[in-house]
Amino acid sequence: MSNTEKSSVIFGIYFGKVGFLTLVRELENHPHFNAGKGSVLTSDGTVEMEACIMDGRTKKCGAVSGLTTVVNAISLARLVMEKTPHIYLAFDGAEAFAREQGVETTDKSHFVTSENIERLKQAKEANRVQVSSASIVRCCDLHLATVKLITLPGSKSSSLILLSRDRSGSVSSHYQREIDYTQPIPKEPTKETTVADGDSQIGTVGCVAVDNQGNLASATSTGGLVNKMVGRIGDTPIIGAGTYANSLCAVSATGKGESIMRATVARDVAALMEYKGLSLEEAAAYVVGECASKGTAGLVAVSAKGEVTMQFNTTGMFRACATEDGYSEIAIWPSV
Amino acid sequence: MGGWAIAVHGGAGVDPNLPVERQEAAKQLLTRCLNIGISALRSSLPAIDVVELVVRELEADPYFNSGRGSALTTKGTVEMEASIMDGPGRRCGAVSGVTTVKSPVSLARLVMEKSPHSYLAFSGAEEFARQQGVETVDNEYFITEDNVGMLKLAKEANTILFDYRIPTHGLDTCSAAVDSPLVMNGLPISVYAPETVGCTVVDGKGRCAAATSTGGLMNKMTGRIGDSPLIGAGTYACELCGVSCTGEGEAIIRGTLARDVAAVMEYKGFGLQQAVDYVVKERLDQGKAGLIAVSKDGEVAFGYNCVGMFRGCATEDGFMEVGIWE
Repeated sequence: MSNTEKSSVIFGIYFGKVGFLTLVRELENHPHFNAGKGSVLTSDGTVEMEACIMDGRTKKCGAVSGLTTVVNAISLARLVMEKTPHIYLAFDGAEAFAREQGVETTDKSHFVTSENIERLKQAKEANRVQVSSASIVRCCDLHLATVKLITLPGSKSSSLILLSRDRSGSVSSHYQREIDYTQPIPKEPTKETTVADGDSQIGTVGCVAVDNQGNLASATSTGGLVNKMVGRIGDTPIIGAGTYANSLCAVSATGKGESIMRATVARDVAALMEYKGLSLEEAAAYVVGECASKGTAGLVAVSAKGEVTMQFNTTGMFRACATEDGYSEIAIWPSV
Repeated sequence: MGGWAIAVHGGAGVDPNLPVERQEAAKQLLTRCLNIGISALRSSLPAIDVVELVVRELEADPYFNSGRGSALTTKGTVEMEASIMDGPGRRCGAVSGVTTVKSPVSLARLVMEKSPHSYLAFSGAEEFARQQGVETVDNEYFITEDNVGMLKLAKEANTILFDYRIPTHGLDTCSAAVDSPLVMNGLPISVYAPETVGCTVVDGKGRCAAATSTGGLMNKMTGRIGDSPLIGAGTYACELCGVSCTGEGEAIIRGTLARDVAAVMEYKGFGLQQAVDYVVKERLDQGKAGLIAVSKDGEVAFGYNCVGMFRGCATEDGFMEVGIWE
């Protein structure tokens, strides 16, 4: 089931680069999401974070993997882009670079939350790389698409909504009327679709944006998979897989990294627009519907024209968007 | 149409002043590897096995920048990376930051087949290698005397390049003053180690596969990841074709070069050579790189926009070619 934002999104979202980074950083700092503090744990109980950023106009990009002490992975990715001759640094080399650049670092334990220790325990008991879908909240992917939210009074709330869900899954928020946390009953009651979602990557955060000059950018940040092998790299830091931006569109994907990688999800949305002349929405629908295996992928994308689309073939995806004309939406489940 | 085809490369961006005997040695090695691939294909090995076999051979030989003979990091160590992709099912595996594994491409294959993941790096990849019992050697094994010298030159060259870049800013173009030397990855071509080896194969059943392996960039920062292990950048295979790229990693990553050869075939309906030409021309921006490709119909193609590429190819109908220059 794909979900598409309908109509009404015509104008670009204004954002400064600073605002854009700030949003991803805010998300990284919220323990609810699987990035920065709140990152899920490897099979050794450690945190290894990764992030990627790409600027559509110049196609400049930066990526990092295997971070253990850097507070904001996304900012380090940007520094790799701007201050090194390389695009991608990982593990010890990335940590050394972080120190050289003087970015904020902290003790490894900062990122480890008690909830994630519990998740790892469950995953190990179930002998799965990924957590099982016992909790519907956990089998969802999170994606926020917009920067406007943080500059508006409502922006904080949108983050707070997601934060304010307690462990039992019940939610209190100011936006109840806009958000339905109850999972819609599938037409064919095959509970197995949820199980398939258990393979999803949990709560990677991503952000795509277009400013009012049509400049695009994309950023994605994650802690990876629960109980992942030490050293595992997912789709997030890989240009063309989890993150991509050019002059036509910006895309950030989330889901099962291995599946997104082989389907080169983010690049393919752009490639379909470029080579086949599809619209943003058509391209995103094609990639989510035809290229990526069912139950494995979701994405948010914006075009240079200011269109926004948020699509997924998983049970749900945390997502939000806003456009300059005042339109905004925050949702988890398919809206149809 | 149909039939098997194979292409190999040993890096793009070759010093035009490379001594003739070195050129000959490179050609001999490429020919030897091609022949290994050809006999494997004649024995009906699947494409995925053939690319692994050929790249293993290239890794074992110190001539090219992969496995033994890998370029050195700024610390003088070797950090290798590789990836492999099987067209049917688009299964893939990749490794980075490997320091003791004799054949990184085979470890990438094991990641694809024996781990729940597609990409493992650094200590995690090394740990996995030990778990799988693959052959490991001391890091010294990979370091050649030639490369120790090259690293020294690269370090010197970096300083020089950096120094004379400064005054060019804000000045009128005085291009006569600098007879713009050939540069790859910011290094003079004489110092730049021809990068990366790769192999693409379509077998008699029309299955495509691709594999790429490298020591990366001479004088690279430790922890640097290039295009070679990245699916869609340095390596890609699908039902239509198999592609392996080489050259300036950062340009290849930005251009998602390997995937784009397949994408223009898939979405624009281009033929293989047309797709390769298009991608080299349109997708590399200012970057310098080259690539080899095979299609499910048994075609081979290559393209590059720099000085020379070590490459060889062969098809079932008896065509075989090994070359460096135009």
